[in-house]
Amino acid sequence: MNRLNKGVLSVAALCSSGAAIAGSGAVADEFKWMTFTVFGVIIAITMAITFWAARSTHTTSEFYAAGRSVSGIQNGWAIAGDYLSAASFLGIAGLISLYGYDGFMYSVGWLVAYITVLLVIAEPCRNIGKYTMGDILAFRNDPKKTKVVAALSTITVSTFYLTAQMVGGGVLIKTLIGIDYEISVIGVGVLMLAYVVFGGMKATTWVQITKAVLLVIASLILVFLVWSPYGFSLPAYLQAVVGDDKVVAQVAKLLGDSAAGMTKEELGQRFLEPGLFLKNPIDQISLGLALVLGTAGMPHILMRFFTVPTAQAARVSVIWAMGIIGGFYVLTLFLGTGAAMLVGSAKIASVDAGGNMAGPLLAQFLGGGENSMLGNFFLAFVAAVAFATIVAVVAGLVLAAASAMAHDIYVGVIRGEKATPKEQVVAARVSSVIVGVIAITVGILAKGQNVAHLVALAFAVAASSNLPAVFLTLYWKKCNTTGIILGMVVGSLTAIGLVMISPNMTYPKAVIASAKKVMEGEPAQAAKEAKPAVAASSFMCELFALEGCVKSEPAKAASLEKPAKPGAADKLALLNERIPALEAALLVADPAALKAAQDDLAKLKKDIAATEKAKTKAEEDIKKFDGQTTSIMGLEKPFFLLKNPGLISIPLGFLLVILGSIFTRDKRAEEMWDELYVRQNTGINSEQATAH
Amino acid sequence: MSNPNINWAAIDANPKFQALHRKKTVFLWGLMIFSTVYYFLLPIGAAYFQELFKIKVWGVVNFGLLFALSEFVVAWVIAFLYSRKANAEFDTMAQEIINETKGA
Repeated sequence: MNRLNKGVLSVAALCSSGAAIAGSGAVADEFKWMTFTVFGVIIAITMAITFWAARSTHTTSEFYAAGRSVSGIQNGWAIAGDYLSAASFLGIAGLISLYGYDGFMYSVGWLVAYITVLLVIAEPCRNIGKYTMGDILAFRNDPKKTKVVAALSTITVSTFYLTAQMVGGGVLIKTLIGIDYEISVIGVGVLMLAYVVFGGMKATTWVQITKAVLLVIASLILVFLVWSPYGFSLPAYLQAVVGDDKVVAQVAKLLGDSAAGMTKEELGQRFLEPGLFLKNPIDQISLGLALVLGTAGMPHILMRFFTVPTAQAARVSVIWAMGIIGGFYVLTLFLGTGAAMLVGSAKIASVDAGGNMAGPLLAQFLGGGENSMLGNFFLAFVAAVAFATIVAVVAGLVLAAASAMAHDIYVGVIRGEKATPKEQVVAARVSSVIVGVIAITVGILAKGQNVAHLVALAFAVAASSNLPAVFLTLYWKKCNTTGIILGMVVGSLTAIGLVMISPNMTYPKAVIASAKKVMEGEPAQAAKEAKPAVAASSFMCELFALEGCVKSEPAKAASLEKPAKPGAADKLALLNERIPALEAALLVADPAALKAAQDDLAKLKKDIAATEKAKTKAEEDIKKFDGQTTSIMGLEKPFFLLKNPGLISIPLGFLLVILGSIFTRDKRAEEMWDELYVRQNTGINSEQATAH
Repeated sequence: MSNPNINWAAIDANPKFQALHRKKTVFLWGLMIFSTVYYFLLPIGAAYFQELFKIKVWGVVNFGLLFALSEFVVAWVIAFLYSRKANAEFDTMAQEIINETKGA
């Protein structure tokens, strides 16, 4: 406890009381002081950055855009720091560790998204924009109307993404070091607010750069350690991965019955083949669309291009960002497969079912394991980087939402562009605090909620609402105010509406059914014959659960007869019955037999713990959803069958901007086209850097 | 700094600007369409051409893995091609137009 308190002191900014530090995490108690020290050092560095940045953050241009003095390379690192959120940094390594190839394939879209940013968005936005997406749209459309819609859309997208980050971050910190969820959320929120309110965009940028550098260094060290035993040969390394017993066991588990006839070699190789995780190709294409078009419509990404002095610097920054982000995802291939081989999927999933702990656990293993000093130092370092990641990403999002609130709504609409420079900066800081407090509150309220769909939703809204509006404003002469408003409103509402009726939501009936399976066991099943794949009766049936539809189903291999599975209580009793016999076996003298008996007992205890955990979870679920039969939308099961609405909402967003523009006339939008188009291509009259 | 007397329509009609516009449009759309098609080949291939993706090419490394890695290379090559073209041609053309405007 003494050591613990010392650690707490060093992160006084993070936690208010030592008593709040409770529970367990991936880090053993005796090493927690080290984790807190590493956390303390990283927090101290970011605070020093904020202090330094605060001295040159006085004007609106300095607050929102770091005085447009960030160099291209610096901005490239900051974009990478902004983009490699905990979801992509921990999540993708985790997906690869559990599902192999499909996890890696998933990462590709996140990089390809930057091609859109590079080719059509970055430079024109730098030449036309000032501080927000609303500025770009208001250039030729009705300023007040478009600013309101743009600000609402920005705040919506940022809030979705922010909530996902806050909840994910709270859970992550709890899993890693056992700090209470609420304390984690408040800690992240307070730190982030300190950066944003005092240091504005300059502090945010440098926190993002610091975090990106730390992340890349940590990953390079881990990959070096994983890969070097194989002489940096890709086939030799992957040969070892697919030959590993833990990997083979994981594949066999994922394939279930169809693994029966496969050799060990085939099972291992299957880890490098598609289809273990991503089952529905139409859903993936829908997600791909949202990623490729949504990234370019993310307000916090757009905002980064206002921080550089010229369009050329904006170009340089995207190219650096693509190098760093792409390079990082290639490294995750090694982090993920390395974790699968060295740590084992079973252990990774036992700490966190989504696999988020793959990277941190791999670090611990490579340093020497659970009980070693170096292993826990590695784990502490990766945990601290993960923490810095969450804070940096959240800071960028809060700044984007606050700028929409202060610059677009307050200054642009309420004050009609008549606010004094001083008033504008005050408005920006006050808005940041408001958004920050909302983020902390929502983060705490959303504890234990299913927030996975919020990231997909943020990208889908950005792709269906922001991107069509920005893109067509920049490139289509006939585009006008009515089109923009219509497209943005319908695009975002469609995306949100479809997600509300999609499989992302919680459906009590299904939850209760699976919880009952755990509690009551499953009856024996007769052997089944193989079934060929079923195609959906029409394309609409792939998308919606319409009446009279035949749903598409993948082919199923023949399965053997399955014995009945006992319920959780019976299973626990059975497992506990075996303890005395195993404990008796410990009394043998033969060292080899003793070792075997110890291992068996440890395995049994693990089984018992896992069964108890599943039982508690099932009991909680049954209690929580008792009497409920429908989701919050009143549905018993999803009506929209894809997890990602992009396939429908993105084309709809574009279509409505086009229709709205064709059927109405807007003199200003037409008159301003020449100026907009010349300026976006040449940079004449673009916002200049401020001298320091 | 700001010059309200710039005749934007005149610059828009300037043959040099028109040439820049044409070159940029063709080049950017070419790259954009190519990269989008290439990207979507990955999920489509992984879903509908699994036999191809499973072919082992280099030890245990199969075609699917190499194809996924090639997505990264293609993205970087596109970034490189665009930046070379923009630095060498588009920037120079834009600078000429800016100079003419300032001289006028």
